[in-house]
Amino acid sequence: MSVDVSGATGYRPSRTLPIWAEVRRQASRRRTQIGLGFMAVLPLIILIAFEFDSGGGDDDNGGAFGSLVDLATSGGLNFALFCLAVSAGFLLVVVVALFCGDTVASEASWGSLRYLLAVPVPRARLLAVKLIVALAYSAVALAVLTGVGLLAGTLRYGWHPLGSTIAAEIAPGAGLLRLLGIAGYLAVTMLVVAGLAFLLGVMTDAPLGAVGGAVMIWILSSILDQITALGAIRNALPTHYSDAWMGLLSTPVQVDDLVKGAISAIVYATICWGVAFWRFTRKDVTS
Amino acid sequence: MSWTSRLPRPTRRRVIAASAVVVLLAGLVGWSAWPERAGWTSQDKMITVLSGPERNESVTLDARLYLPRDRDGKVPAVLLAHGFGGTKESMSDDAESLAGRGYAVLTYTAEGFGRSGGQIHLNSPDYEIRDAQGLLDWLAARPEIETDAAGDPRVGVVGGSYGGALALMLAGQDPRVDAIVPSITWNDLTNVFLPQSADTSATGVFKKGWAGVFFGNGGAVPSAETLRGPSAPPAGVTIDPACGRFAADVCRAYLDVATSGDPDQSTLDLLRRSSPAATVGQIKAPTLLIQGAVDTLFPLSEADANARSIAATGTTVRVAWFTGGHDGGVGPQTDQDRVKFLTAQWLDHYVKGEGEAPSDSFTYSRVAGFSALDRGLVTNGYSDDAYPGLGGTGSTTVTLQGPAQPIANPPNGNPGTLSSLPGTGGRLSELLSGVAADIPGQHATFESEPVTKAIDVVGSPTVQLRAASPTGEATLFVKLYDVDQSGAETLSAGLVAPVRLTGLPASLEESEVRTVRLPAIVRQIDAGHTVRVVVATTDQAFLSPVEPATYTVQAGAQMTLPTVVGEPIANPQTIWRYVLGALIVVLAVGLAVLLLVRRRRLRRQHTPTDPEHAGTPLVVKGLRKAYGDGFVAVEEISFTVQRGQVVGLLGPNGAGKTTTLRVLMGLTMPTAGEALVFGHKLVPGSPVLSRVGALVEGPGFLPHLTGLENLRAYWKATGRPWEDARFDEALEIAGLGDSVHRRTKKYSHGMRQRLAIAQAMLGLPELLVLDEPTDGLDPPQIAEMRRVLKRYATDGRAVLVSSHLLAEVEQTCTHAVVVNKGRIVASGPVEEIVGESPSVQIEVSDVPAAERVLGELGVRSVLPDGPSGLIVDMNGTPRSEVVASLVRAGVAVDRVVPRRRLEDAFLALVGENSRGSGDR
Repeated sequence: MSVDVSGATGYRPSRTLPIWAEVRRQASRRRTQIGLGFMAVLPLIILIAFEFDSGGGDDDNGGAFGSLVDLATSGGLNFALFCLAVSAGFLLVVVVALFCGDTVASEASWGSLRYLLAVPVPRARLLAVKLIVALAYSAVALAVLTGVGLLAGTLRYGWHPLGSTIAAEIAPGAGLLRLLGIAGYLAVTMLVVAGLAFLLGVMTDAPLGAVGGAVMIWILSSILDQITALGAIRNALPTHYSDAWMGLLSTPVQVDDLVKGAISAIVYATICWGVAFWRFTRKDVTS
Repeated sequence: MSWTSRLPRPTRRRVIAASAVVVLLAGLVGWSAWPERAGWTSQDKMITVLSGPERNESVTLDARLYLPRDRDGKVPAVLLAHGFGGTKESMSDDAESLAGRGYAVLTYTAEGFGRSGGQIHLNSPDYEIRDAQGLLDWLAARPEIETDAAGDPRVGVVGGSYGGALALMLAGQDPRVDAIVPSITWNDLTNVFLPQSADTSATGVFKKGWAGVFFGNGGAVPSAETLRGPSAPPAGVTIDPACGRFAADVCRAYLDVATSGDPDQSTLDLLRRSSPAATVGQIKAPTLLIQGAVDTLFPLSEADANARSIAATGTTVRVAWFTGGHDGGVGPQTDQDRVKFLTAQWLDHYVKGEGEAPSDSFTYSRVAGFSALDRGLVTNGYSDDAYPGLGGTGSTTVTLQGPAQPIANPPNGNPGTLSSLPGTGGRLSELLSGVAADIPGQHATFESEPVTKAIDVVGSPTVQLRAASPTGEATLFVKLYDVDQSGAETLSAGLVAPVRLTGLPASLEESEVRTVRLPAIVRQIDAGHTVRVVVATTDQAFLSPVEPATYTVQAGAQMTLPTVVGEPIANPQTIWRYVLGALIVVLAVGLAVLLLVRRRRLRRQHTPTDPEHAGTPLVVKGLRKAYGDGFVAVEEISFTVQRGQVVGLLGPNGAGKTTTLRVLMGLTMPTAGEALVFGHKLVPGSPVLSRVGALVEGPGFLPHLTGLENLRAYWKATGRPWEDARFDEALEIAGLGDSVHRRTKKYSHGMRQRLAIAQAMLGLPELLVLDEPTDGLDPPQIAEMRRVLKRYATDGRAVLVSSHLLAEVEQTCTHAVVVNKGRIVASGPVEEIVGESPSVQIEVSDVPAAERVLGELGVRSVLPDGPSGLIVDMNGTPRSEVVASLVRAGVAVDRVVPRRRLEDAFLALVGENSRGSGDR
């Protein structure tokens, strides 16, 4: 690379806002610490809640899948699976939306965004670094939830095969792979949330608006998905395949819906991020 | 801030974009919701055929003929026959789909049902089959239908259950049929209703549950609602409350068998006559047999019997199984698709004469689990080269353990074990997880060790059985359970093997060994599961003996499980995996291309665009900024900042100062004109911005970090060497003392401002741009700041300061640029602008008199300034002369203040319009 003659000494666009600097920028924030901390604490809260369980007869209304809760105390794998299952619908969505929606919008609301751009951090680089770090934090959140759930569950309930009422028990080794696969699929579906939140975060200066907007769209999509009258339109909803990870519990695994879900999530996320980059690299930053 | 104020203003571009999105969405919704134009037409007909043994009883059948809309010439026909209890309406979906494929489709309501006349003769060769022959005649006479010969239409017959048996029997009785696709149907009704699973000639066990459903379905007296509805029986049909629309002989046979469970010969004869078994050997039409694996009424063995009989004469026959049937319904979508494909392929080749000959392969499906989305069943399809029958292509033997056990038959078979729910239909998931619950004392259990590897059972397992009974007879139900590690047992499809043994000894030692053939199933018994055989005395679906008795039973040690290891059928869904792979590749390539293009573009920015100005910190040329909503913040501004200068950008609030600075920081794109920093044209992210330090529109700090941490975080973001930052100098300028270790959210406005100036000075940039730097500072700090800025501009550096305060610019700057309403009104060195001005401000005792006097002196203009003030443009007249003239005229002069140019210029603007022109 040629010596940069136009910038200040030592300045190179590709060296601005290093990933690690952004990681530390976010790590020092209370919302990051609380978000990750809650992911670690949630399995422990669930564990304690199960300790209070008197074994009272709840009537089983969830069909084949309602039994996930019954099986949760059957072993560490099942406990971790339960933690994932209860978080997938809302908690993970909020945390991912928080990490991805807040990262640009909060800089805008503090006024520090314009100073970063005046450094100058190239706009595309700023977004890319912010996005990568936000996704990394989201992945860490998911990993912490799974890891703590697995560790706490295994310490309390032991290392047993992964059970489900859909198929036969799965041996612990294979079960761990399935669990990791489920966590991986959840990570892929969360790309939609990440995309929406990031886009909204770029469009607005209000961090809450971005996070809340993404969560609201997610919930709206989930509600629409319940309305069977919508027919094939439902297949295009971003949340339509969010439960497809259950296919990993059956033997042999059913990956068709997972594949479609992954396609849907990647397409949505790509569109959202594409629009976010397109918009941010052209707009007047007025914050 | 309210939400409405955040809504974007409706500019033309936005309106167009929004309209495009709305139109696109509306188009998509409309396109998906618009009813497709059907590819067929249909007409209802009442067709009268001659029926009965003597062909002299006329029966009117309610029929509907579907014709393809776009047909050239004659088309082949398909006769669609409905299931028991249905009407022509129940076949409309299939009919429409076939008509869409180019067939003329005739659906009709069979004799004894709906609006058709006649009685239910249970597919009697003399009635229902004759009716269908009459329909073939009718088809042959239609001009639209292709014929093989006069009176011989080109026709395939398709039907399920009752209609399936009709297809088989019609093909057996009438050689004009070209191909048939019977599904979920029977071979021999005596085997269906009196099944016997042991190798003995004793009459089987009466399947009372299904018989009742079967008979009740057609025999029930129509409700008042049905009588008013479109499928009401034709007028003149008398309905016997006991027999409904059943013919008398059928009714009598049912009552006979249902009462005793032991039918007389005439009943057996009637059931045999109503079965394809008698004529199936005469079928010449290629036959595709489709049977359901979840069917306790017509189990897989019925299709197997048909297939063997048809194949024995050399007729082409193909077998397919699906996961469904009278208990399981139509099955999962993959199975429906497969059945539909096989049917269409069969008809296309053998009736229409299109497409290659279908292969002989045998296809079946096995439950893989539940779909996570709709909670329906998911099955995997498999195929094998040829139909293996019920014995599989291989077999596995498991060893059963368990002693001889006594089991009690309760009187009247009550309480009875529940294994299936005849007639409820479609409750597949319940059936698969097993409704079975064996009653203690009524069943014997024989179980294997856990199997070491998975067994793919496809076909009828067999087991040896010995039984002893004090009455000499025993009715037993043999079941095969798949038991998982946790002990949960599953009865595949709810299928049981009823056994009636006669001539039994009282003690087990003397009893003969019988082979019991269990119902054919498709199931994978996973490794670690055990096989459990249960012999029970009751089952609610069957009639058990009235008298109580206690039997002793012993299962043989060897159980044979037929196996087939089929080729998995490629799931069409796997295409999505390739789509996913392609998507990821496309995205990766797209991203790589984008990065390359961007890198190239970045490199281009490094060359100076205007070498003439390479040494000039800032050149602004004809800058204009108009916002999307039409508001023009900057009309036209041009100025230059040279090295060593401290330039003040002076103007009232809303003059366009901040917008200008925003453009200089690359935050806002100018509408026209350009700004050059050291010869580089400024665009967002220009690398040359790294030589500029800025404070624009107030400080922006991370509130949760201390002042020092904020400066460090900022410098980290520049990616420049740590030692270039000069933190000590910057902190000295900030003068925050120990407060740099406090979080910035606790800072006062002034502290933040000083920290922001320090941040702007980090790395000692060659051009420092400060927007209202003294905002929030106290007088000593302001004085200090002036010194700092003046000192800063030495060593070839330059400073651009914006302010709305005249005094500040005057005292700090070497040069000034005065802007108002987006235009420059004055610019130049401060001394020059501040120098003597042609105007003075005079305060006098009598303003009108003074104006008169001044007018005579020949000054250029006189403007009132307050109650007693005047601003006079002297036009070269000396001040002393003016004062002297006023005093001579008797006007007292309180004050004479020479005005300076900068103030002139500035106050002229502010005075005329101190409100500014909006927030710029």
